[in-house]
Amino acid sequence: MIVHWLDPMLVLALLVNFFMLGASRLRAVIYAVAFQGVLLGLMPIFVHGEVGWWLGLLVIATIVIKGIVIPELVSYAMREVFISREIDPVVPFVPSLLLGAAGTGLALGYARTLPLAPSHSGSLIVPASLATVLTGFLILTTRRKAITQAVGYLVLENGIFLFGLLLIEAMPFLVEIGVLLDLFVCVFVMGIIIHHINQEFSSVSTEHLARLKD
Amino acid sequence: MVWNLILIPLGMAAVVFAVPSNRWRPWLLPLTCLGHLALVVVVLGQPSLLGQPSLISREHWLVLDPLAKVFLGLISSLFLLCTFYTAGYLSKEPERSNRVFCTCLLLSLSMMTLVILSHHLGLMWVAMEATTLTMAPNLYFHRNPRSLEATWKYLLICSVGIALALLGSFFLAYSTLHAGLEESTLFFDDLIRQAPTLSRPWMHAAFILLFVGYGTKMGLAPMHTWLPDAHGEAPAPVSALLSGALLPCAFLAILRIYHICVAAGDAAFARQIMLAIGLLSMAMAAVFMIRQRDFKRLLAYSSVEHMGILVIGIAIGGWATFAALLHVINNGLTKASLFLSAGNLQSAFGSKQTENVCGALRRLPLSGGLFLAGFLAITGSPPFGPFVSEFSILTAAFSTGQYWTGSLYLLLLLVVFLGMGATVVGLVLGNPPETAGPAPFQESFWSGAPIVALMGLVLMLGLCLPAPLREILQEAAVFLETGR
Repeated sequence: MIVHWLDPMLVLALLVNFFMLGASRLRAVIYAVAFQGVLLGLMPIFVHGEVGWWLGLLVIATIVIKGIVIPELVSYAMREVFISREIDPVVPFVPSLLLGAAGTGLALGYARTLPLAPSHSGSLIVPASLATVLTGFLILTTRRKAITQAVGYLVLENGIFLFGLLLIEAMPFLVEIGVLLDLFVCVFVMGIIIHHINQEFSSVSTEHLARLKD
Repeated sequence: MVWNLILIPLGMAAVVFAVPSNRWRPWLLPLTCLGHLALVVVVLGQPSLLGQPSLISREHWLVLDPLAKVFLGLISSLFLLCTFYTAGYLSKEPERSNRVFCTCLLLSLSMMTLVILSHHLGLMWVAMEATTLTMAPNLYFHRNPRSLEATWKYLLICSVGIALALLGSFFLAYSTLHAGLEESTLFFDDLIRQAPTLSRPWMHAAFILLFVGYGTKMGLAPMHTWLPDAHGEAPAPVSALLSGALLPCAFLAILRIYHICVAAGDAAFARQIMLAIGLLSMAMAAVFMIRQRDFKRLLAYSSVEHMGILVIGIAIGGWATFAALLHVINNGLTKASLFLSAGNLQSAFGSKQTENVCGALRRLPLSGGLFLAGFLAITGSPPFGPFVSEFSILTAAFSTGQYWTGSLYLLLLLVVFLGMGATVVGLVLGNPPETAGPAPFQESFWSGAPIVALMGLVLMLGLCLPAPLREILQEAAVFLETGR
């Protein structure tokens, strides 16, 4: 019964993707990725139906790390470097929305060609996961600010987490926590580097990072 | 026992972090690595350890299989020699805090050991991402804009690559679920046992994602863009460890996936992709090595080339598998010695641009000579180790009838030899620039001995392969080729 809630949540997660592709205010983008993190954190309950102790722990850990700690870390970095907008992305906002839509369509098409286990057929998990991975890629490659690129990486990881929903039983608890921990440390290190980039160049635009080439 | 290999460096990292003395802290590094190597030697000597008792369940999380033995021996010895050099290197910069640097080096050793020993795709992924993160602060040791740029690119590109590998791992796990097995699994032993029943579309997608993901970390073209920057800007011992230890760890991850493909009877699919990417890597590296004006970047591109050679060797198969595994060791040792001697040249001349550096043989006879010897070794000149492995891969290609592959491989080796040679000869020969004056850098025991030891090993591997090493390599090649 409870499983029927999953698809609407996935659609909501996809809508968040589009919102992030179209938004220029960094605060809005960070809130969006936090919201997506909370959604993702809740999903294992709806996939599984019942909540054991370790699943509950995982849900809490995911919501805390993806929904609260990491977004807080990123917005701390944002406040510190005094920027609030992604002004001039490599690909403007409307075309990147269109690209996102095309990517979502492709993901839906490709997911259909992959054989699914009987219990998963008809679920939106695989296309939603692939579409979110593509959105993450798009944000990573088309935005200039180091902070937005970090958010793109988070979205990419969210897409992979969605696919992991199919494998809740296979992934040992330790490994799930390890993945979350790696993600946290990665964003932490990124934050430190963003801080240094800002100190060095008085800007967090990665355009300044173009000295090393052949 | 095997757990200690991971826990000792981890514990020592905490100790190193707590030590207050900036002067004595670096000396704990070689000490720890010495302990690690001693333990590795003991472990390698005990064949009975193959079936370690499980950690949590009936499954084996950490297993010292034949492949792991090859890589474990390599990284442990490399870490020992490179940390000796590091201790001397850091003593020349007493005013810069090395607390984070030393801690991260030991954490890297611990995590690389975990990558090598883990027999669970998820655990291996976690460890691999951890190696990316623990190496990042070390790239930024010199705190200048160039190293900052290199660190950002390294962190972002490698993290994204490794994220793709995670998706690939999930795909692989899902392919077991679709095979009608009641529970999906990420343990290598289970995956290999069930390989023939895995769902092919999922497995192919998984291989591509895992190959691209771990290939990014390994520095294969066209995903290599972070590598020249990171290797070029990092401090010399870090470049040496990146090239000699970290890239091979990523190669091991790819071998693990290839192993599953072989067990599934689907090696041909994997080999095609590996061959194409391998040749592309060699070609890209050759193009960028010609007229390269930064000698550390030159060495970085040489790493890209040799990573290409490794996957080509695996793709050719048969005798070349053995040669590729031998080449992991040869390349690791030679490249580390080259990066360390390049570090000495850079310190002495205050530059890594070819227009500022010439006559290294007169200015620094030892490092200059070792750099020249390292160049000859890495480009496959006898009597050094890489000659044996590169030549074996070539003969394997011709003897199995893969003439096009063999010819292209030989041609690219030749281009690289000429491209690299032109730069290196200019660096080493001639008269040092007059303006340099009496530079502060002098060769010392700590800056020279590790390089001599590395080149000595490379020379020994070229002259004769010790029997125990041959045994380990043969066992690993058979293990990989037969898929069990």
